[in-house]
Amino acid sequence: MNAKVGVVVFPGSNCDHDAYYVFNDILKADTKFLWHKDSGIGDRNIVILPGGFSYGDYLRGGSIARFSNIMKEVVRFANNGGIVVGICNGFQILCEAGLLPGVLIRNANLQFICSTVSLNVVNNHSIFTKYYNPGEEINIPIAHGEGNFLCSRETLDEMNANDQVLFTYNDNPNGSLADIAGIQNKSKNVMGMMPHPERASDAILGNTDGRRLLQSIAESVM
Amino acid sequence: MYKAKVTISLRKSILDPQGKAIEHSLKSLGFDSIVDTRMGKSIELKIDAKDEEEAKRITDEACQKLLANPVMEDYEFEISKTENITK
Repeated sequence: MNAKVGVVVFPGSNCDHDAYYVFNDILKADTKFLWHKDSGIGDRNIVILPGGFSYGDYLRGGSIARFSNIMKEVVRFANNGGIVVGICNGFQILCEAGLLPGVLIRNANLQFICSTVSLNVVNNHSIFTKYYNPGEEINIPIAHGEGNFLCSRETLDEMNANDQVLFTYNDNPNGSLADIAGIQNKSKNVMGMMPHPERASDAILGNTDGRRLLQSIAESVM
Repeated sequence: MYKAKVTISLRKSILDPQGKAIEHSLKSLGFDSIVDTRMGKSIELKIDAKDEEEAKRITDEACQKLLANPVMEDYEFEISKTENITK
């Protein structure tokens, strides 16, 4: 089965073309945009929720997008084991939708942070991180005002016990609990992360640390 | 017709950086007696319900489904009778 990537476009998404470009032009995967009003995901077998400010981040980041038409189908797809990846605003949407635990609140210093940060690959026992070494340090850009990950102590213990924490910040920029930058769900088919691997995948931009992540996602259905 | 005034606040256990920033600003203005500041949201709903019980039930459901995120927020609301609105 070949990868058929669907990048969901919400009103206010602004990293949708970056994600499309990396999957389609760099990784040569069959890639299409999906519109938030679509009632299904068609023949797509990987769904990407891109970064941006869906619905203007009104109420809470991701809280309105989570009820958009296509999300009903995305939730069903994820619950049936489909691969769903949320980047930045996409991570917020997945948390709001209950597909990932926790929530992303305002950065501890109240600032929108746009910078390249150092991440620690916590484990590579996932279809998302299999091309990294555990403990490997990678540099990935972040650009968010609400990336401060928070969950209950019990949820954190459960995530640690199930190998759900994939990336942590080496120098925590936003106040995230346990330095968490990216996680997967319990059944390990849904992933969310605040940093932008799609912005670190093209050699011309000077950093390709994120490419292996997207490549392993594209190969996860092969 | 009923009016619901919903107040959403960060849960007490969660550090509220906006509240802290406001508090620092208040302190710098000389409000030394203000010892805690929490920042929240206020949302007003007009509800076409047959009685107050129904208005409460609808408001509570709206809070749980969309208006508040229980992982980080608490909510409370007051219901009052209001005049019919044309729109």
